[in-house]
Amino acid sequence: MSASVATAAPKRRKGGGANANTLPLVAPSVILLLAFSIIPLIATVYFSLLRYNLTNPAIHGFAGYKNYLYLFRDPALYSALYTSVQMVVEILILTIGSAAVLASLFEQRFPGRSIARVLMISPFFVMPTVSALIWKNLLMHPVNGLIAWITRSLGLGVIDFFADWPVTSVVLIASWQWMPFAFLILLTALQSLDEETREAADLDGAGPIAVFFNVELPHMSRAIAVVLMMETIFLLSIFAEIYVTTSGGPGDATTNLTFLIYKRALLSYNVGGASAAGVIAIILANILASFMVRIVGKRLDE
Amino acid sequence: MLAATATVAQAATITIATVNNGDMIKMQKLAPKWEAATGNKINWVVLEENVLRQRVTTDISTKGGQFDILTIGSYETPIWGKLGWLAPLEFPASYDVNDVFPGVRDALSANGKLYAAPFYAESSFTLYRKDLFDAAGLKMPATPTYAELAGFADKLTDKSKEQYGICLRGKAGWGENMAFVDTLVNGFGGQWFDMKWNATIDTKPWHDALNYYVDLLHRDGPPGVTGNGFNENLALFTTGHCAMWVDATSAAGLVYDKATSQVWDKTGFTAAPHGVTANGTGWFWAWAMAVPTTSKNQDAAKSFLAWSTSKEYVELVGQTFGYTVLPPGTRISTYANPNYIKAAPFAETVKASVLTADITKPTMNPVPYVGIQYVAIPEFQAMGTEVGQLVSAALAGQTTVDAALAKAQASVSATIEQAGYK
Amino acid sequence: MSLRTKSHPIAGTLAWLASLLMFFPIFWTVLASFKTELGAIATPPELIFRPTLENYTEILSRADYLSFAMNSIVVSFGSTILALVVAVPAAYAMAFYPTKRTRGTLLWMLSTKMLPSVGVLVPIYLFAITTNLLDTRTALVIMYMLMNLPIVIWMLYTFFKEMPKAIIEACLIDGASQWQTMTLVLLPLVLPGIASTALLNVILSWNEAFWSLNLTAHDAAPLTAFIASFSAPQGLFWAKLSAASTMAIAPILVFGWFSQRQLVRGLTFGAVK
Repeated sequence: MSASVATAAPKRRKGGGANANTLPLVAPSVILLLAFSIIPLIATVYFSLLRYNLTNPAIHGFAGYKNYLYLFRDPALYSALYTSVQMVVEILILTIGSAAVLASLFEQRFPGRSIARVLMISPFFVMPTVSALIWKNLLMHPVNGLIAWITRSLGLGVIDFFADWPVTSVVLIASWQWMPFAFLILLTALQSLDEETREAADLDGAGPIAVFFNVELPHMSRAIAVVLMMETIFLLSIFAEIYVTTSGGPGDATTNLTFLIYKRALLSYNVGGASAAGVIAIILANILASFMVRIVGKRLDE
Repeated sequence: MLAATATVAQAATITIATVNNGDMIKMQKLAPKWEAATGNKINWVVLEENVLRQRVTTDISTKGGQFDILTIGSYETPIWGKLGWLAPLEFPASYDVNDVFPGVRDALSANGKLYAAPFYAESSFTLYRKDLFDAAGLKMPATPTYAELAGFADKLTDKSKEQYGICLRGKAGWGENMAFVDTLVNGFGGQWFDMKWNATIDTKPWHDALNYYVDLLHRDGPPGVTGNGFNENLALFTTGHCAMWVDATSAAGLVYDKATSQVWDKTGFTAAPHGVTANGTGWFWAWAMAVPTTSKNQDAAKSFLAWSTSKEYVELVGQTFGYTVLPPGTRISTYANPNYIKAAPFAETVKASVLTADITKPTMNPVPYVGIQYVAIPEFQAMGTEVGQLVSAALAGQTTVDAALAKAQASVSATIEQAGYK
Repeated sequence: MSLRTKSHPIAGTLAWLASLLMFFPIFWTVLASFKTELGAIATPPELIFRPTLENYTEILSRADYLSFAMNSIVVSFGSTILALVVAVPAAYAMAFYPTKRTRGTLLWMLSTKMLPSVGVLVPIYLFAITTNLLDTRTALVIMYMLMNLPIVIWMLYTFFKEMPKAIIEACLIDGASQWQTMTLVLLPLVLPGIASTALLNVILSWNEAFWSLNLTAHDAAPLTAFIASFSAPQGLFWAKLSAASTMAIAPILVFGWFSQRQLVRGLTFGAVK
């Protein structure tokens, strides 16, 4: 490992001048991000303390902690939090699990491998709205959808995906989109696995399954940590897939935190309530981020 | 000199936010004629209904001024008009405002001023397949009851042929499943609030209505009903999967369109079903166009409104696309047009439905609000959608009707209390 | 014999099956876009049919596709370039001159990405009104730049960290300035990493569907707004929806196909090695 090269000693010593020089380099992005996250943050915190409804100017004035009170008293908040976590975890397991296996398969030589790889990663380029529309209308539709036709032809009846398996359906659609991302990263990680390790395993007479678990999977662990972090960031705010297919229902089965905030902000136009929920989301994001520092960050710094 | 500059300055570019349904798409196709005649230019922003509503509400309430014409409904118009967000409309004599159905005008007015020009208006009614009724020896009465409808649906369901007795809206949303459910509840004698703004959802009429709805759709409805709104049902009906369908009267022109419908010659129309009362059993809705006060091109915008909702425009649609698809429900003269009567056998039923729907008398017992399938207060969108979600959960079998209604009662009570109606 | 040098029939078959399955929804959509409306919902599904272009002509007659596509291109590439300009110096500094706060700053940046956009719609909208940026490409370029900046900085940071530090030291000792070191020595080395970061950023910006809908009306509306006008029109819409979907994703899909090698090469370099 390159850890020995990276001893911080020499540059620390030269410190003064070099460190002073880095400020103008980091400053623009930090200032921009600060502005981007702090200004809306302040606005959000401020709005969360107001009685502020876009469609009803008669409602105004200072609300104090009332918006938070209404929010915490609302059982929808807790079920939305649970749904958020449930969706992220299920998608992570599904995408990383299948991507690891597929990456291992694609490490083998076979005819047309590069074409197959292009096909495999294509879903990642499809915009979420479109992929949700495709799945909902062309594939999972219980009357006109292709899957309904297949199951009916097999005499299995029809699966009403979005009524009977709402969360699973959303998870499937999102996984279809995000699996290629995980696949791509894990594949590139595997490509750096050196030939000797592999050959040693082959000589030991290890079967492909043993090689996968004992050699490849450990080698991918750092890449898996990267995927875990990147996907979590994107999946926590998953929205289009839910909006297009189930609108958070039936009931609140597929209402995650983002969708709950959306309902507050753009159905009730309750800016106060939506902001309060937004503040909760920010706090949660930071708690989650600090966990990630511990779990993922360490792996990356090795 | 001055006069010349004034005329030049009149040529403006206006931005119109509109919904992507058939009538509006026709308007978009005909609009170049107006552009050519006036020298103005139109930027179209065509969006799906829910996205459109969020987009224009955000813009108008923050005074964003992005649009010169908004396509809004009879729900928003009076509320926004009262708030001073919309410019009042006055039309020249040639427009003949009195030709517009008085009920439609009232629905789009506040404080005695008209705030939006009606593009089309609709009520709800029952569509049914004459061929299937004949084959089963059934006869659809002129004013069917819900009980009769259930009886027919049971007889006409044949799931092996993917033929379902009845299609109804099940997709959650105040403008989706709740539009139908509200009329159903009205028919069963229920209402949203009593005269003191107490929520009256956890009551017998609501329970009876919802049990009827859930049972009927489980027995005789298509699969995937919780995902079906107007568009999905239209697709099901026009491809022959439904024996009956209770929905918007604006479906008539579409079901009758030979190009996209397989049942155009087999469909009959009759009034919306009723229960213990006929009050509020057919809804009332109008898609209309309004000019926000933030618009910088109000003159051009108003000129377009006057053109696109005029008698001449209606005639133009007939000449271009055929008389079956005239924008329905707004003008007396449309229903006196012999071409329309000939091409649209549903015209009389639609007219009767639109005329009977009285938004000021929506329920059996008196209520403090107007609106048949909505309550004309700003909070209703969220409230209606929340209850719609619960109804769809009951329909999907994820919760019971009793539990759903208890939850709905609690949530509506909380909302109305927070908003300070009581 | 190594596993990797000979063709492996079982792995190959499984991999091909999985690839076809993953690609199938896209294929099916493109196929449906050439059917008539009645054909698109026919059961059993039509496999052999006479292709029609009527869906495409209908869509082109209703929406100015080129204007939407142009906005998508300008906005996604514009925001990517801007993000790189801001992020490269920051990532460089963080990777080579880490302080105690570097890791904290990085993670805080990443956590800003978890704030649901819809929660800050009203403040941002009001801000856009006061700055006259509503319905401008500039607004979207800035929004996307800010939105993706954390990911961009973080990816670049991991690439930079892989660079042999000895080279940098040598350059600086030779009297080269920071700027020279960065542009002449380091940049060529991390170019593949920058390229793949940029590609990812273009894809994410292209597919962003919240701000693109809410901050635009007509002039700056990209393809995500285009698809919103075809998502649920009246009546039979499966074929037209398929055609609109195909048109919305085709440019980025083709772009992705051509650049995927680059994407892979860049990724191998940094984070995941």
